[in-house]
Amino acid sequence: MAVFKPILTRYIHRKDSHTLSGYKNVGGYKALEKMFKTMAPDEVIEEVKASNLRGRGGAGFPTGVKWGFIPKDSQKPTYLICNADEGEPGTFKDRLLLSKAPHMMLEGMIISSFAIDCHLAFIYIRGEFYQEYKVLEKAVEEAYAANFLGKDILGSGFDLDVVIHRGAGAYICGEEMGLIESLEGKRGWPRIKPPFPAVEGYLMCPTIVNNVETLACLPHILNRGADWFKSIGSEKGSGPKLYCISGRVNNPGVYEEPLGILLTDLIFKRGRGLIDGRELKAVFPGGSSSAILRADEIDGLQMDFDSLSAAKTMLGSAGVIVMDETVDMVSVCLNIARFYEHESCGQCTPCREGTTWLVKILNRIYQGKGSLNDIDMIFEITDNIGGLIDPEASGGSFGKTICPFGEAVAWPIRSFVEKFEEEFIAYVEKGVDVS
Amino acid sequence: MNSVGDGQLTFQFSAAERVEQILSQYPDKRSATLPLLHLAQEQVGYLTSAAIETVAELVEVHPGEIMDTVSFYTMFYTKPKGRNHIQVCQTLSCSLNGADSLVDHISEKYKIAPGEVSQDGKISLVKVECLGSCDTAPVIRINDSYYEGMTVEKFDKIVESF
Repeated sequence: MAVFKPILTRYIHRKDSHTLSGYKNVGGYKALEKMFKTMAPDEVIEEVKASNLRGRGGAGFPTGVKWGFIPKDSQKPTYLICNADEGEPGTFKDRLLLSKAPHMMLEGMIISSFAIDCHLAFIYIRGEFYQEYKVLEKAVEEAYAANFLGKDILGSGFDLDVVIHRGAGAYICGEEMGLIESLEGKRGWPRIKPPFPAVEGYLMCPTIVNNVETLACLPHILNRGADWFKSIGSEKGSGPKLYCISGRVNNPGVYEEPLGILLTDLIFKRGRGLIDGRELKAVFPGGSSSAILRADEIDGLQMDFDSLSAAKTMLGSAGVIVMDETVDMVSVCLNIARFYEHESCGQCTPCREGTTWLVKILNRIYQGKGSLNDIDMIFEITDNIGGLIDPEASGGSFGKTICPFGEAVAWPIRSFVEKFEEEFIAYVEKGVDVS
Repeated sequence: MNSVGDGQLTFQFSAAERVEQILSQYPDKRSATLPLLHLAQEQVGYLTSAAIETVAELVEVHPGEIMDTVSFYTMFYTKPKGRNHIQVCQTLSCSLNGADSLVDHISEKYKIAPGEVSQDGKISLVKVECLGSCDTAPVIRINDSYYEGMTVEKFDKIVESF
């Protein structure tokens, strides 16, 4: 296979990569010109469908198919929201694009808006990313001045306004329905689906929510064609992907590789292995909402949507968190449970009550005051919040909560206890750290 | 509505033009809630009941609804913060790389527990969830800026200028 050259992050080392001139110097906004001259909105949708681009936010839903769900006969305005509410533990790739390649994302937003006939688009950026917000504000200003935004963009007759909307610190607002409620000025309580946002989203109008990285792929697809995009990666997933590596590795960071790179290559080649040459114990392959994998489960495992789902976990946000042999799994499990307890929006009983119970029980075990019943109780609670990891064994018992947060708590917590049960038992029996 | 315990009975946006501009960006008024709350908080340092009532009036909903929104988000404060508001990430990658000892150090240095403001109002400390900068763990945020790859020594150096 030919050596892969980064596509999304190829020029981010340049000092001016975030500016309009810096982006234009490396071919930026050329896709837009091409699109306005040669393509109709439907053709853009078809091209993106053909590229096999799947959403980079976590769910991996095919982008072109999502766009196609907008009702053709709708009399209401259509909205696009760029989801820049990056908050999944272990994930920091969108932050890189926001600060280093904001125009690539903006060009993607204009392409997406043209495809779905949207004239007012929002960027929902997490509140903590204040510096990135300032970069973005400048980029939007530059795009207006150059007529890439505003009225009659490049003489095409197409109008588009972009509004940057800051969140205010709530993980759940990264969930598309929670995000929409938050944009409407309310608490970020997800809505029951269906109707999906493409039918009834922001202000009950058709709304498409696309992730930053997803949008950044679009100019490249239009420039170089769906076939080129499809040729990167494998049939299980196409295109470049930004992987984040953190935790106990020597070289943490964001690495762009084709979908389907080996997890072991990410950890040992790009991440340069574990700190102090320690042994790998376990890894989150796709953010803290993915079930963990033990060191003996990752040989030959490819980082793409289908391979990881076959391994009973998920690619999610591609946030790889590495744990070495010295890491105490009970304390990590408690850390993660506490995160979800804090971030549960409180709307659904199984999640609101379940996360609180999990933290209480895990705290009890961690303090050496737990019982073996507590371990069974963790299984029971996680089943009540989010069903089993194995779709067949669960008998389809997904969807016990309004949004996927339920599964996002249940799967990782359950995976800790299933895969490292002996550590939990040791805590119960001896009340000590066994690592 | 319940008072949020501030004693400031009136509030007026100092940047009237910015308020108008925010309201004009959205197809409905209520969508301007979060940006207006951010603006009010920038002005006063936290959200007083009077500020919440002003925002409610502008977006034409009951103040209780705005209070409901405010209470949902960790970045909205109904009490004064310190002039240097230190937010320490405590989620996994930061925790694996020493976030706990940073919290202990800051607590001890300023004699405040997480959630408290120092007596002179200079420092406040909170533990927060994932800040999205796990490759440079442990990470803290002071006011609007990130400080990455933190150590106790680095922290002490940064705060010398406070």
